Amino acid sequence: MTLASTPPDSKNGYRPAASGLGRLSNRRRATNGLACALLALSLILALLPLVAVLTYTVRRGAGAINFSFLTHSMKGIGPLDANGGAYHAVIGTLQQVGIAAILTIPLGLAVAIYIVEVGHGRLAATVRFFVDVMTGIPSVVAGLFIFTFWVVGLNQGFSGLAAGLALSILMLPIVVRSIEEMLRLVPDELREASYALGIPKWRTVVSIVLPSAASGITTGVVLAIARVTGETAPLLLTAFGYDAIRTSPLEGAQSSLPLYVFSQAGSSFDVAINRAWAAALTLIVIVLLLTALARLLSRRNRLVGN
Amino acid sequence: MEHIEVSNVNAYFGAFKAISDISLGISQKHVTALIGPSGCGKSTFLRTLNRLHEVIPGARMEGTILLNGKDIYAPDRSPTEVRRTIGMVFQRPNPFPTMSIRDNVAAGLKLNGTRKRSELDEVVESSLRRAGLWDEVSGRLDAPAAGLSGGQQQRLCIARAIAVDPDVLLMDEPCSALDPISTLTIEQLMVELKDEYTVVVVTHNMQQAARVSDVTAFFNVEAQGQPGRLVEVGATGDIFTNPKDERTEAYITGRFG
Repeated sequence: MTLASTPPDSKNGYRPAASGLGRLSNRRRATNGLACALLALSLILALLPLVAVLTYTVRRGAGAINFSFLTHSMKGIGPLDANGGAYHAVIGTLQQVGIAAILTIPLGLAVAIYIVEVGHGRLAATVRFFVDVMTGIPSVVAGLFIFTFWVVGLNQGFSGLAAGLALSILMLPIVVRSIEEMLRLVPDELREASYALGIPKWRTVVSIVLPSAASGITTGVVLAIARVTGETAPLLLTAFGYDAIRTSPLEGAQSSLPLYVFSQAGSSFDVAINRAWAAALTLIVIVLLLTALARLLSRRNRLVGN
Repeated sequence: MEHIEVSNVNAYFGAFKAISDISLGISQKHVTALIGPSGCGKSTFLRTLNRLHEVIPGARMEGTILLNGKDIYAPDRSPTEVRRTIGMVFQRPNPFPTMSIRDNVAAGLKLNGTRKRSELDEVVESSLRRAGLWDEVSGRLDAPAAGLSGGQQQRLCIARAIAVDPDVLLMDEPCSALDPISTLTIEQLMVELKDEYTVVVVTHNMQQAARVSDVTAFFNVEAQGQPGRLVEVGATGDIFTNPKDERTEAYITGRFG
């Protein structure tokens, strides 16, 4: 747009300079420098909170975390006792998030396939609209709903399963939207190539469209899992929290890492606050492992392709 | 009887009529070229021949198309079965990106239920040989198809289309995304393929139509928003040297389009 501000060299005509910026006027050089500086500044501003949270959690958590912390529960631990751990909370988190994932991924995949591949017109648009509305549900409301409907209404009581149901409500719209985006990225030419071979539509979706979108779908699903792993509010009303190890998610209150952090950090004693940091670090490591797993899976899927 | 008998075909995208009242006979084991300016509906017409037009939301057609005397739009005829008999090659090479070269060629058979490895291997080899690609890829059948050059990818798509053993091969501007050398290879291939298949090719390139086809059909559109119509069809030599319609003459001599 502003090329006109650089008059072409009268002898040689316009020639891009080897250094890229070598032939620019001072004014354009200054504008470029300013823009670069602003971009670098906003990058630093964006990274600052992330780096600060991570380093602080690692510094506080690394001092408090040890093998005993990861293998013991809080059963019989008094408010001033220094030992005690988060084993029961790790079990709870893995089970609750696992239940949510098992319920949500097939359902989310089906809804996304319906929206992109099968449904046309009003019904698909309506489904899409309600998925959008679901994205906006505050997490505590999802917890309240399961509390009213499942825990109290159906008299099921607090359990890991109830927590999984609440997390599933939060996870569903994220999963649907990310899979939907990935399916839309698959070019229609591939679908048509498949139809032109006489391959039925369902087979085209299963064997052509889904594999082409697989790496993106995997990433989206794992990020959705990582996102609900840190949810706290809905768990207060569904898993409730529990000091001892409970390996069955089907009966009775269960702990989880976010609940554990919440209850320990609310204490006024240093030993409990240290435990909260250790649990926070454990939670971050679990989420990072999941994210790394997603990267690994999507890279493996991309091997055959471009 | 012609191999494909098209009578009074109209095709629509929603309320827009894209082609109007096309009637045409397509001869068995000949190359028929469809030429005409952009927007004249020749690709739309081609896509009605294998029922691919109807997969676009809102698209529909009227009229009858007989293949070997049987209506491909008959209510009890399934589109997938029709498409297995009428293969198609597209404008841009579109191999399946997640599959190897071998799986691309075998896709039509495999996804329609053929499982026997020996049978698949045989078809893969014969189809690749038929498409003139075997010598170039026989050593790397398990390599990703996306690693091939554009011309090779298009020949792979031809191999994929003929692997399901169709009667008819539709080609929608198969060379428009390719360099001249690859174009020449594909053109030679078209001429060879008519020994076994009825070939219908849409092309923007009149020299190409003159080089490869036996019969040429000229489509035209009066104005933007009007449906495309078939102006003239005849032996390629006649169309290019002695057209009956003055619009055909104007088009082939380069006065418009």
